[in-house]
Amino acid sequence: MAQPATTPNVRVVTLRIDDRDLSAREDETIIEVCRENRIPIPSLCNLDGLSVWGGCRLCVVELEGQSRLYAACSTRVAEGMRIQTNTEKLQRYRRTIIELLFAERNHVCSVCVSNGHCELQWLAQKCGVDHVRIPYRQVAYPVDSSHEMFRLDHNRCILCTRCVRVCDEIEGAHTWDVMSRGSDCRIISDLARPWGESDTCTSCGKCVQVCPTGALVKQGTSVGEMVKDQHFLPILARRRHLS
Amino acid sequence: MHLEDLAEKAAEYRAEEAAVRREVRVCVAASCQSSGSLPVLEALTNACGDGGGSCRVKGVGCMGLCSAGPLVAVADKDCGLADSVLYRDVTPADAPDILGSVCGAPVERLRCPTDQPFFARQQKIVLENSGIIDPDSFKGYVAVGGYAALVQALSEMTPADVLREVTASGLRGRGGGGYPTGLKWSTVAKTPGVQKYVICNADEGDPGAFMDRAVLESDPHRVLEGMAIAAYAIGANKAYVYVRAEYPLAVERLQTAIRKAKRAGFLGSKVADTQFSFEVEIRLGAGAFVCGEETALMASIEGLRGQPRPRPPYPAESGLWGCPTLINNVESFANIAPIIRNGGDWFAGIGTEKSKGTKVFALAGKIQNTGLIEVPMGTSLRDIIEIIGGGIPDGKAFKAVQTGGPSGGCIPEQHLDIAVDYDSLKTLGTMMGSGGMIVIDETSCMVDVARYFMEFCMTESCGKCIPCRAGTQQMHGLLDKIARGQGTHADLALLEELCEVVQATSLCGLGQTAPNPVLSTLRYFRDEYEEKLAGG
Repeated sequence: MAQPATTPNVRVVTLRIDDRDLSAREDETIIEVCRENRIPIPSLCNLDGLSVWGGCRLCVVELEGQSRLYAACSTRVAEGMRIQTNTEKLQRYRRTIIELLFAERNHVCSVCVSNGHCELQWLAQKCGVDHVRIPYRQVAYPVDSSHEMFRLDHNRCILCTRCVRVCDEIEGAHTWDVMSRGSDCRIISDLARPWGESDTCTSCGKCVQVCPTGALVKQGTSVGEMVKDQHFLPILARRRHLS
Repeated sequence: MHLEDLAEKAAEYRAEEAAVRREVRVCVAASCQSSGSLPVLEALTNACGDGGGSCRVKGVGCMGLCSAGPLVAVADKDCGLADSVLYRDVTPADAPDILGSVCGAPVERLRCPTDQPFFARQQKIVLENSGIIDPDSFKGYVAVGGYAALVQALSEMTPADVLREVTASGLRGRGGGGYPTGLKWSTVAKTPGVQKYVICNADEGDPGAFMDRAVLESDPHRVLEGMAIAAYAIGANKAYVYVRAEYPLAVERLQTAIRKAKRAGFLGSKVADTQFSFEVEIRLGAGAFVCGEETALMASIEGLRGQPRPRPPYPAESGLWGCPTLINNVESFANIAPIIRNGGDWFAGIGTEKSKGTKVFALAGKIQNTGLIEVPMGTSLRDIIEIIGGGIPDGKAFKAVQTGGPSGGCIPEQHLDIAVDYDSLKTLGTMMGSGGMIVIDETSCMVDVARYFMEFCMTESCGKCIPCRAGTQQMHGLLDKIARGQGTHADLALLEELCEVVQATSLCGLGQTAPNPVLSTLRYFRDEYEEKLAGG
């Protein structure tokens, strides 16, 4: 959500989203306006309080008069914009993207500590992904249990980089980063050292709370026990913004 | 500095060369070096000795016909020959023969005719000095009229005049997208900002493309001059050349050029004794193809992980370190000096209605004359491949030509008569790209071609967005399965669906265009896919 109006020069615009006439500040993004007005937009990388990433591509919407799609998280509203958020084409694209994620690593819900509390799982259900037509890659990824409180399971990671951003932008530690490229990408702590040996990690646990899946979890949790709480984030983000 | 002062200087430099009656030019660009031109240069230099000052051997840039390298050109001033004599496949042992040859009696066994279509059908603007001047020589560039456009712009034109000429020229970005250069420049010029930047994108990464490398290796000052004019027009004082580390020779020559231009007062503070200051810094790419994408390139210059960010905001509004930034490709900048010298209308008189000027193409693959050519926009593909390129070697039949590298598509025989420009290629489902042309003959399987380019995109995907990261991998898997004869109709249907999703939803150009080779091979060679499907 956009910050309260502190700058007087921001104009207010009117636009139409899914046949609803709405008003918005011109420095707001489409996803912010949708959330304000309870228009559901699926997203995995975007999180209120963190910088825009634009990587999951699930929030793509159609703009009238434009041939290409726009990511709602990174596109600002404009006067007279006409937006469609849930056409049949978009639904199909979103299902395929979610299927690609399921096939990429080993998201086996029935044995996952986040089962029932997983954003990927919710989205799959909401978007109607009831089976995956794309061949599973079935590559075994490592699990880093070296930290005394938390665990990183690369098999569940969707590379949304929420952990990287919250650690850098909110906690200020920048323990996490991404290494390699393409599907070899991996979240790493410090310079690819085991998490438990990290010099920079403050063990604050913010990364665990913002992780949408069962990739970052608390030690000692069993199937379905890992419930996450992200309420702290908008509050901390605003406090940081105001200071 | 006035134009007259520069003209005097140029005349002075030419006078220094007046005693030289015979000039032996040896190509020392990367492709001729790889076929052994440095030993040839050494042998010729030794055999020539000081030549009484009348004979001079010098290294020059690319002469185009890379497949015939090492190339040596001999220009005799006393001789009635209008053009120089060109020799091909020269070895160090040929040095005495070449130097011993007299006017009008060249060494026939080595001779490479310059009246053949490969040379005769070209029109050189970007490559006008390439193969003629010594790329390491500042004097050499000034002697052929170099830096006159910059001095003209600084002393006689306002930034708005420069923008008007560039806009009038109709020049479009040579990096592949074809965005109007004048529009881009004026957008950055109009964006408010105390600090602005100019970036030259020399991260040429398409397989089979080597246009920018040749320009930087053959005529680096021309690129610097274009950048300086751009900086003056948009109000920038700092520029970066982002060049890939795999081009060490280009980097070395660019460094030399920057150093010499700075010493001569054409870079640095008070350029050509005016109030305009302009610094150029080189940044080396670390081997990622995606860093050719402008936002990833800027992230890389900033010292961040080289991955793209969503646009808008475009670099013109928020680019390097959030400042308004002009980013153009090497060849685009190389066109600027002639546009300023001759006027935008002159440039607009060349080419087609919507694509002006010339385009440099790198001919590679199954083609007789591998190398670099520059032709006016609108030249037909058939002329480029069959006449200039000399057709397919070994009596094989032409099958397709891939333009635009891994982001482009293939063009089959039936469309060879199309006039090449940005828009015509788009209608065929491919793109101009930076100018690589890979010719494919009948022995190649188009499924393999698609698989090759998909593998390239898969390994070069930065991994930021899901459709590109996971999608290219899945598409590669399906292509591999089909190529091995194990694919089914369902696999082909899934492949086509993934193509659509990846194209529509990816974050940057790499992912958005990655399906193009598959889509275009499916469009023209669907039968080859279907033949390979299991069960026919």
